[in-house]
Amino acid sequence: MSAILTAVIPVVIIGIICAAMLVIASKLMAVKEDERLPKVRECLPGANCGACGYAGCDGYAKALVEDEGVPTNLCVPGADGVAKQLSEVLGVEFEDVVEQVAVIQCSGDCDHTEDIVDYKGIESCSAAKLLYGGKGKCGYGCLGLGDCAAVCPQDAICIEKGLAHINQRLCIGCGLCAKTCPNSLISIIPDVERVVIACSNRDKGAATRKACSSGCIGCRKCVKVCPNGAISIVDNLAVIDYSKCENCPDFGVCARECTVKCIQLKDLSGIHRF
Amino acid sequence: MTKLIIILLSAVFINNYVLSRFLGICPFLGVSKKLDSATGMSIAVIFVMLMSTAVTYPIQMYVLNPNGLGYLQTIVFILVIAALVQLVEIVLKRYIPSLHKSLGVYLPLITTNCAVLGVTILNIDEGYTFLEAMVNSLGSGLGFFLAMVMFSGVRSKLEGADIPKSFKGLPITLIAASITSLSFMGFGGVIENMFA
Repeated sequence: MSAILTAVIPVVIIGIICAAMLVIASKLMAVKEDERLPKVRECLPGANCGACGYAGCDGYAKALVEDEGVPTNLCVPGADGVAKQLSEVLGVEFEDVVEQVAVIQCSGDCDHTEDIVDYKGIESCSAAKLLYGGKGKCGYGCLGLGDCAAVCPQDAICIEKGLAHINQRLCIGCGLCAKTCPNSLISIIPDVERVVIACSNRDKGAATRKACSSGCIGCRKCVKVCPNGAISIVDNLAVIDYSKCENCPDFGVCARECTVKCIQLKDLSGIHRF
Repeated sequence: MTKLIIILLSAVFINNYVLSRFLGICPFLGVSKKLDSATGMSIAVIFVMLMSTAVTYPIQMYVLNPNGLGYLQTIVFILVIAALVQLVEIVLKRYIPSLHKSLGVYLPLITTNCAVLGVTILNIDEGYTFLEAMVNSLGSGLGFFLAMVMFSGVRSKLEGADIPKSFKGLPITLIAASITSLSFMGFGGVIENMFA
């Protein structure tokens, strides 16, 4: 009995001393944290995607609590639901979130363009890009090795026929894929916009035509038919100004008139070619 | 002085905690994926090893041994180290927030790390004096640092390598770890003879 006590008592005493030290230390050196911070952090989805412009959800939560001026509608993946919760917790006006989605500005799948080399290197777009700009005929186009699919937190991207496709239903508009693509083919656009120019080739028309049958040749047909003057040709490539593009009465005329069908219309069921 | 140098070098190279004694394998495999997290973890380990030796050595010598309670070593050390790490975390958070931010994630992970417990117990078993024990802890921490940094380099090379599908992920990591530890066998007997 005494043997047990001589073992137990010292351990208990050491334990109590440690506990007392921790209690005193935590009381003396408590760091004041805004009590709203954990609540705000809880509202955020925790994907740490960085679409809000801060370093992860923790960074955004901190900024929201510390600075009244930070808007509550920056969380694109969380959309209106999260913005409403945040506004409630912080007691500020709720503003609508502009939902955004990623679109691929290339339509060169294996039906429209072809490979010129048999690439057997590392299965990564950035590695393939280093080797003479990739395996395809078009140096601007999708490399089709799925770097964007690998970073997508929603698994919204798949590679079909050598071209990346984004599932618009799953996409949360975080923009990780846009940062990853070595050819900068992915743009983040407001979800309400429906016209997508699916080509990024800046070569002259004839050269583009040789590389890909759906590459923009800069024929200016879309520029002429657009009633709002939203489309212009920059460096042999059609560029759309979404601030001017409205859902015009003859909606989708640019896509229908496009000679090479590189202008596409998207809605939630995906992107439509004409 | 020579003895201290021998203790330091042999703790780093010959009795490397990760690669020769196979203690602390969990952080070695878990945190070695990126160089910066490997460095952060290792610095936290060095820090905690030194702190815990400084605390547990007197406890063993002045509390446990005089009362014939040497057999309580393991349980008391675990208790003390866990409390110590918590205390350090609180102190860091209050006074050095920047250090807390960089070590913060790793400190709780180390609380129950077997490499830290191993260092404190082996210091007693080897019969070191307090100074020798501290040098040994520093050397062990540095050895952990060396192993982590080296292995994070190996792993970054593995990322780009063309690995057969069935070996991808953990299997190839374990194979790489075993080859890395094999290379440390070469140090056996080198340092004792250096000063002989």
